[in-house]
Amino acid sequence: MNPTAKPESMGLMVWRALWRRPQARVCLLLVLMYLGIALAGYTGLLPDHDTAVGGSMDGPAWSWPLLLGTDVLGRSVFYRVLAGAQTAVTIGFVTTALVIPIGTALGLAAAWFGGWVDAFITWLYTVVVSIPDILLITAIAYSLGRGIESMCIALAATGWVGIMRLVRGEVLRHKDKDYVMAARMLGAGPMRIMFGEILPNVMHVSIVTSSLVLLAAVKSEVILTYLGLGVQDGASWGLLISGAAQDLANDVWWPLAGTVTAMFLLIYALSVLGDALRDALDPRVG
Amino acid sequence: MLAYILRRLLLAVPTVLGVALLTFLLFNAFGPDPVRAALGNHATPEAIANLRAQWGLDQSLPMQFVEFLRQIVTFDYGKSYVTQEDLGQQLKAGAWVSLSVTAPPFIVGGIVNVLLALVIARWRDGLADKASRALFIAGMSISALVYVLVLQYLLAYKLGWFPISGYVSGPGAVVYLALPWLILLIVAMGPDIRLYRTLFLDEANADYVRTARSKGASEGRVLLRHVLPNAWIPIITNNVTTLPFLILGSFLMERFFSIPGIGSLTIDALARGDLPILKAVTVLGAIALVLFNLLSDLLYAWADPRVRLS
Repeated sequence: MNPTAKPESMGLMVWRALWRRPQARVCLLLVLMYLGIALAGYTGLLPDHDTAVGGSMDGPAWSWPLLLGTDVLGRSVFYRVLAGAQTAVTIGFVTTALVIPIGTALGLAAAWFGGWVDAFITWLYTVVVSIPDILLITAIAYSLGRGIESMCIALAATGWVGIMRLVRGEVLRHKDKDYVMAARMLGAGPMRIMFGEILPNVMHVSIVTSSLVLLAAVKSEVILTYLGLGVQDGASWGLLISGAAQDLANDVWWPLAGTVTAMFLLIYALSVLGDALRDALDPRVG
Repeated sequence: MLAYILRRLLLAVPTVLGVALLTFLLFNAFGPDPVRAALGNHATPEAIANLRAQWGLDQSLPMQFVEFLRQIVTFDYGKSYVTQEDLGQQLKAGAWVSLSVTAPPFIVGGIVNVLLALVIARWRDGLADKASRALFIAGMSISALVYVLVLQYLLAYKLGWFPISGYVSGPGAVVYLALPWLILLIVAMGPDIRLYRTLFLDEANADYVRTARSKGASEGRVLLRHVLPNAWIPIITNNVTTLPFLILGSFLMERFFSIPGIGSLTIDALARGDLPILKAVTVLGAIALVLFNLLSDLLYAWADPRVRLS
């Protein structure tokens, strides 16, 4: 191994590792497709999901708006599923974007500083894991009002603990290693060592866990929305599936089938990617 | 052992204090005003002041917190804002209903899934193992809500085997609970079997298992007489930590089938801004979780002499 070679960047490494596996490659493309749908939604490129395109509860037909039939108000189920994908991707990525920096920073700080900083962060961790998730989410839904924003905050509030615990453990393992000592000898300050030396070596923990957080957030949206704790209006997979109970009683199956398929593809792709990420990044596996 | 238990209980005090503080902050300090929510926009100032005094909300926040701590210590959470009923009675009734929903599938599922996992571990990488893995990954990718919807549609609407929803107290409840039981059994199957399989296979690579095999023990005997007794420990401790969630109930099932357990109680309380119920359920849930975690650790040490409590 050439010691002067520049180490490969994390992002490139992840990409390469995923691209090498055919199954992971397909799933990566799937997730990118969902990201594309969400981006299209934010730039106004998704077709309008609120206007009627046909009669009430028309069955599926071979045209884009009628691909998954219509709902009670004659609106295109396919367009509503696409808009729901935008909501799901938003909730998933916002929650993950909150959880990773919070969990990583707290884990890093707890392990690095030790003492009362560690005691305080560990106490915070113990308090949060002691409250059953659904009850903490209920409390936050009461406090901040119900909606997409407060659901993201609630999911982040219950989600950071896992990353914090893993990062803290990993940093404790790395803290006394030779390379950290070497950096210290060279006169690097604590910030430099924490973010420049240790963080790149423990970051894989956060990345692998983040795929689980994303997956859990997308699944939670459906349950929380059904319980009345999540999305209140607009289009979301939770609202679509909740509404499907009434439809099924009338033998209208297409809204449920369409939403379940869309959700299945995203969750399945995310779990395969999560496994591939763990195989690629976790030095203890493989 | 006694010293260990006492120390753990002492360590739980700051945790429960933190839970109480977080709960209080979310509901009383940052949350919307329950008095305004109850009386609407056109209430007279006198009516607002009266209700606020009646609910103890005219006190300063620190005084309200002290009162909340007193409630936690004495297990007397006062009365519901809405029904004026004593909370202790309501919660006790709700907990029994929730248990009647969750406990039977938990027990039956535990036994069935351990047996199935044994079969799968016995013929690992065989057809059953591969099929169960594929089913598990596919099943995990579908929301639990979909299972509930589809099974209710098929078994209650189409085939008429079960009532669609509802609940009566007493032994007649079995009729209404059968479908939720079945659904909980099915939903838990995939994750449980995969977990137990992993636990069995973790043990299956241990030295004592290799010794047993090299002495000529059959694969079945190795699993039942050598692996199972050791794998019991993580299985039992895993299950003990989920016991509080049985009391808490399945929010989804109770909501979907209109069963009046703790889950329904909590969701209704949220809709009505009934703070005493929400606060009591949150704190009691956390206390139960802390206690059962301790119990799980004690069981672990008792079952496995290699584990020392310190």
